[in-house]
Amino acid sequence: MPQTRRGLVSWLLGGGVTASIAAFLYPVLRFMAPPPIAEASVNEVTAGKVKEFKVNAGRIVKFGSTPALLVRLGDDEWRSYSGVCTHLNCTVQYQESSRQIWCACHNGFYDLNGKVVSGPPPRPLEEFTVRVRGDEVVLSRRG
Amino acid sequence: MRTAALFLLFFAPLAAAGNSCIECHAALDGRLQKPALAFKIDVHSTRGFGCADCHGGDASSDAPAVSMSRARGFKGKIARTAVPELCARCHSDANLIHKFKPQQRVDQIAQYRTSVHGKRLAAGDAAVANCVDCHGVHDIREVRSALSPVHPLRLPETCARCHADAGRMSKYKLEHTQFDEYRQSVHWTALAKRGDLSAPGCASCHGNHGATPPQVNSVAAVCGTCHVLFEELYKKSPHQPVFAAMGAAGCIVCHGKHKIEKPSVKMLSGVGSVCAQCHEADSAGGRAALEIANRTRELDAALGRSEEILERARQSGMEVSEAQLQLMDGRENLIKARLAVHAFQTAAVAKPVQDGLVVAGKTYAAGVAALKERTFRRFGLSISLAAILATMAGLWLAIRSIEKNRGQRSGTDEG
Amino acid sequence: MASLRGKPPIVEWLEERLAFDAIQAFIAHKKVPKHSATMWYYFGGITLFLFGIQVATGILLLLYYRPSAGEAYESVQFIVTRVEFGWLIRSIHSWSANLMILAAFIHMFSVVFLRAYRRPRELTWLSGVGLLGLALGFGFSGYLLPWNTISYFATKVGTDMAAAVPLIGPTLARFLRGGNEVGGATLTRFFGFHVAVLPALTTGLLMVHLFLVQRFGISSPPRVEEQNRASGGPAPEMPFFPNFFLRELMAWYAALAVLGMLAAIFPWELGEKADPFASAPAGIRPEWYFLAPFYTLKLIPSHVWMFEGELLGLLGFGLLAAWWVTLPFWANDRSGSERTRLVTGTGVALIAYLATFSALGYWK
Repeated sequence: MPQTRRGLVSWLLGGGVTASIAAFLYPVLRFMAPPPIAEASVNEVTAGKVKEFKVNAGRIVKFGSTPALLVRLGDDEWRSYSGVCTHLNCTVQYQESSRQIWCACHNGFYDLNGKVVSGPPPRPLEEFTVRVRGDEVVLSRRG
Repeated sequence: MRTAALFLLFFAPLAAAGNSCIECHAALDGRLQKPALAFKIDVHSTRGFGCADCHGGDASSDAPAVSMSRARGFKGKIARTAVPELCARCHSDANLIHKFKPQQRVDQIAQYRTSVHGKRLAAGDAAVANCVDCHGVHDIREVRSALSPVHPLRLPETCARCHADAGRMSKYKLEHTQFDEYRQSVHWTALAKRGDLSAPGCASCHGNHGATPPQVNSVAAVCGTCHVLFEELYKKSPHQPVFAAMGAAGCIVCHGKHKIEKPSVKMLSGVGSVCAQCHEADSAGGRAALEIANRTRELDAALGRSEEILERARQSGMEVSEAQLQLMDGRENLIKARLAVHAFQTAAVAKPVQDGLVVAGKTYAAGVAALKERTFRRFGLSISLAAILATMAGLWLAIRSIEKNRGQRSGTDEG
Repeated sequence: MASLRGKPPIVEWLEERLAFDAIQAFIAHKKVPKHSATMWYYFGGITLFLFGIQVATGILLLLYYRPSAGEAYESVQFIVTRVEFGWLIRSIHSWSANLMILAAFIHMFSVVFLRAYRRPRELTWLSGVGLLGLALGFGFSGYLLPWNTISYFATKVGTDMAAAVPLIGPTLARFLRGGNEVGGATLTRFFGFHVAVLPALTTGLLMVHLFLVQRFGISSPPRVEEQNRASGGPAPEMPFFPNFFLRELMAWYAALAVLGMLAAIFPWELGEKADPFASAPAGIRPEWYFLAPFYTLKLIPSHVWMFEGELLGLLGFGLLAAWWVTLPFWANDRSGSERTRLVTGTGVALIAYLATFSALGYWK
């Protein structure tokens, strides 16, 4: 076989094999490197830093794919419930004046234990556990 | 005779409690038998009350002359105009009722007397509703029982028995279309189709025992028991004093009384708009209505564009669930904007629209990024395909060269 | 075999200890018959290659997947959205599963039509059919792992079918489900089957299968054998290494190209998270390789004469399977001559049945 032909073949073969192996190895290695967020926030989420929350104030944070309501009642007293109203799924909010959880859509009220006080909601709000780790507030599902 | 014996056996327990009324009447037929058969599921019967407690007479005696004697207080069939007083004998006695249900209200008769039904009955009209027309007479169930005629899911039909009857209503110069209209409303859909017991039926707005149509200046308050924010905004809006002066009832002017349909931006502008009924197109009000309509339409359109691009990205295999979730916040902003319409001022609507447009912008950008990533993946694919094709070409040529050489030898293996 | 000049010392060191030359000598003598049907020989290797892809991508997915009802769906979503190239690894794994089973079927039918099951290759056939069964088991167990609506209900339907088997049915279904219902216990159990039990069984059976193939060499179809006998010269064949091997590499690269295109252009869907309390959506059906028996069972009336329809259906499948598995043993009659038409007819009929009923099951 002429020298140039042989050269073409080994060039193609060698180059192709190397390129294809690189094209396979690169994704595999990138896949194995841990991503910036280490795991899906299904059962636990960091809601923010402790100092971001004022006393007697509530905030909606994202927990997995749904909103969660976090209320700071005192320096060390926190409550957290699912932010989805059990009536027609509007997002609830904390009402400082009455110290209750209020849903603006049809005037439903829940107390700070998540139980329905008045209005149309048929069920209480699901409760989440709040833990303070260092300077961060962490929410997690119960059970 | 055999039937009577069977009935006797069946009703023996009641007989043991001394209820000769049931024993005898169960063996009769037609109109006289019905109450005896129905009574066993009546809530009064389960609490130990019997026929004589309402109708008088002596239930312990088998002899009709004794059991149904006037001397023993027998009243026979109760006159329609006498029914409320009869029920109230017990049901306004707090001590008695609270023996059975400590929290039960005892003001029903007082409320009834304030109602249109009660006033007319007191004036001698026996055709209006009294207690038994709504609650049933011998098969009265608790209100929370799904079979009770006054259970929230069944109450509208109970009211409609009279109020949808053209003949009956014409006597009082009342409409009879309310039930039909109500059945086309979102409230009925919520109640009957979604089973949402908190949705309003007739009694929620009109009251039950004290049934009266809400007065003009209390309509907004009535609607506002559930639709709080709308009432608050309306009260502070320019419409409130104007409607009050006109003698027009707040929410009803635009939304209707019974046929309350799902509101839409078409109410604000365009053909058949509600605003145009009062405001000329070139008046300040007309222009404001148009502006508000345009702003909400703008947000709706922007959100629609985001939804479309994200759906496109999703269908070509990109994972966009997070952006689609963010879009729900945008939809909430649209709801807030439609709420703000009830302030009837453009500035109030502008803020939620602006927030919503920000969300729409962000999610649209996410959709664009997803489609870009899709293109990048196809580009990466073409690179790998190129590498693969080059290798396959190399292999092919290698095979050809090996076999050409072999053809010149005698078919043994090549190193 | 000429030894190359200038072998690096490390290679010589290994050669001395690892019997390289014995392996080299064996490979050098391995031959592949060359004739018009040679192309069907590639499908066994393609199946093996795709299985290798499954093992590799499966191990990668194992780094992030969580086998519990509360986390499975979210972990797959995590892989596909947050892990770099996660979408690629996951889609390749799902597509390669289907391609592997397709290749296995093609390989099996080519063996039937090229009569490679003949004596002494009966055990190769049996181990091969066993491997196909294991591949279907992989498919069934793996399908549940993403824990989405379709996979949940498809598993429900599948385990219900298992419960209809006479005598052992309910016990079998309970064993598969890990309980009375399809739930978290089923998921964990299927995960164990999918990543431990089935791989162990497959490795063992695969080694038997490959050993037998090496032992008896590649078979030629009868008419090629006839031609060779008639012509009298040496049978046309090519060396396995490098000729057939290079061609096989080409086929494998082609499969890679197909996989890449499928993963990038038709990525595998995430679906919605399974909700055991929701009612089954309309049109639930299992993956395509189970469609034919699924649709057959749907067609059988619930009672035929005095027998339960489902029972008859399963009995039918059992008989069909027995008929197919024992093929090498009835393919020749007493006198040793081939029941050619019977075997070909069986093969064609089976293909027709599978194709028609799978298509019907898909479109109805």
